[in-house]
Amino acid sequence: MKVAVVGAGPAGVRAVEQLVAAGLTPLWLDEAPDGGGRIYQRPPAQLSRDARRLYGFEAKRATALHATLDALKAHADWRPNTLVWHIDPHRRRLEVLSAGTQATLDFDAALLCTGAMDRVVPVPGWTRPGVTTLGAAQIALKTQGCAIGDKVVLLGTGPLLWLLAYQYLKAGARPAAVLDTTAFAHKARHAPGLLAGGAVFWKGLYYMAAVRAAGVPVYEGVRPRAITGAGDQVSGLAFETARGAARTLACDAVALGWGLKPEAQLADLAGVPFRFDADQHNWLPERDIAGRTPVPGIYLAGDGAGIGGADVAERAGARAALALLEDTGRPVPQDTVAALDAALARLAGFRTALERTFPFPADLARAVPDATLVCRCEAITAGDLRAAGGTPATGTARELNRAKAFTRLGMGRCQGRVCGPAGAEILAAALNREVAAIGRLRGQPPVKPVPLAEAAE
Amino acid sequence: MSVTDTEVLIIGAGGAGTSAALHLAQRGVPCVLLERGLVGGQASGVNYGGVRQQGRHPAELPIARRSMALWHRLVEIAGTDAEFTVSGHLKLARTPEEEAELVAYLDVARAYDLPLRLVGRNALHVDYPWLGPKVIAGSLAPEDGAANPRLLVPALARAARAAGAVIEEHAKVTELAFDGTLFQVAAGERRWRAAWLLNTAGFWGGTVAAAFDEAVPVQPLSPNMMVTEPIRYFIEPNLGVVGGNVYLRQIPRGNVIIGGGHGVSDPAVPWSRPAAEETRAAMALATALVPSLAGACVIRSWSGIDGEMPDHIPVIGPSRTTPRLIHAFGFSGHGFQLGPGVGAILSELVLDGATDVPLAPFDIGRWTARAA
Ligand SMILES: Cc1cc2nc3c(=O)[nH]c(=O)nc-3n(C[C@H](O)[C@H](O)[C@H](O)COP(=O)(O)OP(=O)(O)OC[C@H]3O[C@@H](n4cnc5c(N)ncnc54)[C@H](O)[C@@H]3O)c2cc1C
Ligand SMILES: Cc1cc2nc3c(=O)[nH]c(=O)nc-3n(C[C@H](O)[C@H](O)[C@H](O)COP(=O)(O)OP(=O)(O)OC[C@H]3O[C@@H](n4cnc5c(N)ncnc54)[C@H](O)[C@@H]3O)c2cc1C
Repeated sequence: MKVAVVGAGPAGVRAVEQLVAAGLTPLWLDEAPDGGGRIYQRPPAQLSRDARRLYGFEAKRATALHATLDALKAHADWRPNTLVWHIDPHRRRLEVLSAGTQATLDFDAALLCTGAMDRVVPVPGWTRPGVTTLGAAQIALKTQGCAIGDKVVLLGTGPLLWLLAYQYLKAGARPAAVLDTTAFAHKARHAPGLLAGGAVFWKGLYYMAAVRAAGVPVYEGVRPRAITGAGDQVSGLAFETARGAARTLACDAVALGWGLKPEAQLADLAGVPFRFDADQHNWLPERDIAGRTPVPGIYLAGDGAGIGGADVAERAGARAALALLEDTGRPVPQDTVAALDAALARLAGFRTALERTFPFPADLARAVPDATLVCRCEAITAGDLRAAGGTPATGTARELNRAKAFTRLGMGRCQGRVCGPAGAEILAAALNREVAAIGRLRGQPPVKPVPLAEAAE
Repeated sequence: MSVTDTEVLIIGAGGAGTSAALHLAQRGVPCVLLERGLVGGQASGVNYGGVRQQGRHPAELPIARRSMALWHRLVEIAGTDAEFTVSGHLKLARTPEEEAELVAYLDVARAYDLPLRLVGRNALHVDYPWLGPKVIAGSLAPEDGAANPRLLVPALARAARAAGAVIEEHAKVTELAFDGTLFQVAAGERRWRAAWLLNTAGFWGGTVAAAFDEAVPVQPLSPNMMVTEPIRYFIEPNLGVVGGNVYLRQIPRGNVIIGGGHGVSDPAVPWSRPAAEETRAAMALATALVPSLAGACVIRSWSGIDGEMPDHIPVIGPSRTTPRLIHAFGFSGHGFQLGPGVGAILSELVLDGATDVPLAPFDIGRWTARAA
């Protein structure tokens, strides 16, 4: 039996570990040069940094995961630098692009561990050079050891905002300010639900406290107004304080992000149905706690199956691999299965509390000014999108895919991965409908751009 | 259960059906257009966007000519030009045999007043220096062009509604009958009755025809499509080749749209998807035609479902079994350009009992009479 595992983050590593233990040699692909995924992303080989400095409190886990990863490579058909750009669930084939070469790979079962990406809300000026996502700023720090500017403002909400602020501090790149769109009172109200998270919760509190103790200006309950600047330069961030006062902070770079969204395009192409999860405020592929989807032979684990974080990803990866083994008639250790199920159920409760503590600011997205670009690839403004929800010559677009057809929103390079969530809010508001009612952007291959030259031989 | 009465019922809101609704409504005829999904959601909304006359079967040219006149009046008719541009259509030959085919078509074009100009090898590579060395001749139809398929039918539908047509979306017709006087049609719990029925259901037109004992050998056709990221604008004409194994066009914003080969589909869902191996083959053919496309990234690929007839021309005209039933389906992969014109023709068949383009080659009897 040929099992394909896409992704070598925490979920992929723990999945392959189980498959190898069961005597299989899985096909293992990751588009990155090495495994580790997002949280445990490794710097390039020539840039060695101490794990303790790179991963902080997570250094032990990172080291453990990397050790497992490296040990497993020889027992799998390990293919780094390999983008999976399409999956055909009927013929059970993956289309891949590897170092400029295209190939088709067969599988009997596939385990998709594709992780997550930042969720952004457009702020006027967000397309200026010098503005990145929180995740991108973190990757620059982790893999290249550099900050995105000298005076960096971090804006958004969620654990990554505070983690990044703390990591910047520790790296000697003191942030100019941290702006959280969630009010302090809101977070305090939801804190009791987070106690179930144990160490993760206490680490989160520690990060927040450390950032404040270091004297980094912190503003909570803010509404960003604009990222100002001239030409290619960011010069400041204008915002409204929780009390409604207009303020401007001088800065030369901004990192922003409002939680994460699953990178679930392969699951979509595989035909897995999606549902809207109100707590995560994301469309999630359907799967059971063990990662089985309604599509035979397709399994999901990790943040690509719904945001859960690294601890969940490791367990979900192992659990999905066990489900796959069980479904194909192989014996699996039932005590391990039971322990994983119990842990996953417990962690799911914590995740819900976390999402409620740092909610996606749908109202901010709905209020993006008309002139602001929402879709960068196709240069579609919020006003264009609202017009599609009005009465253009083509009639009202009552669904997101219809607005895509009319305006080209989400038709560019990123295929709506960046603009999708905010675009949906803007259209839903224009139509006076619930965001869940207008659908989600349909996925189409390739998952990421594939160059024409590669096929020209 | 309530029944709605109307004069003309139309099944299928692609280009043909929606244009029919518009033309009927403009002449004051009550009509109801029933669409399973959203208007223009199938072939008419996802095609390559070629608005081409060159290379068509001679029988189609009179319809194509009529349709072209409507394309030029689109702003007036539908409030948008649906990005229709007259870019010219350049059909290319890569072998002497292919060149001979281009030459042969010049006579056809002349007979139907279609402007067409042969471009020899030297002139071709001067006028279009970006063409690959394998191209040896071309024929340019200066009146042809392209449009954005996602806009055409929704705009026609809005105009039809404004003119008084009733258009029901999410109305999948599940029952069809003729009681000798009226057609009775049901979509779920809703029912309609009408004196006339127009079958413009695209590939699924075969199912509608079969309900009136006129089964035809229509097959699903799913062209494989892809589009690149925007690159510098340099390919003005819509490009095709003899044989049709690849075609491509660039829009002024820079994206290059490429077609070639066939995807996979399940019309019962309906569902379609490009086939990766066909996408790769079309990529290679495209870069052979225009070598500087190499390196451009494909950002999206897709397919759709049209009805393909064995002789590659549609069924258009009155039923052989049922009075006041008129078919127009099975456009075999080239009905986007024809849509506006076909709707006008259907309205004339209903209201005037005749039209000025010859429809004999499209008679459904060419299949059913033989079978009977
Ligand atoms: C930018 C970013 C930074 C983050 N930083 C942290 C952090 O510091 N701490 C924390 O707790 N959480 C962080 N997270 C959350 C993170 O998602 C989880 O902690 C954890 O990494 C999830 O593990 P995973 O295995 O599900 O996915 P990931 O770790 O994201 O691994 C997914 C892997 O799949 C590969 N992949 C995806 N699609 C394809 C494809 N089509 N073809 C081939 N390969 C593919 C990716 O290259 C990646 O290596 C971050 C998330 C993001 C997006
Ligand atoms: C990928 C692709 C590329 C193409 N490229 C070109 C091109 O470049 N140039 C060109 O001229 N042509 C092209 N074509 C062909 C062209 O798109 C079609 O010939 C044309 O759009 C057909 O129009 P139609 O109205 O017959 O069918 P459709 O547009 O398919 O409309 C039929 C409608 O009937 C509806 N329907 C079906 N059954 C029922 C039912 N039971 N109840 C209610 N509604 C029903 C369907 O939902 C559908 O919306 C292409 C086709 C495809 C698929």
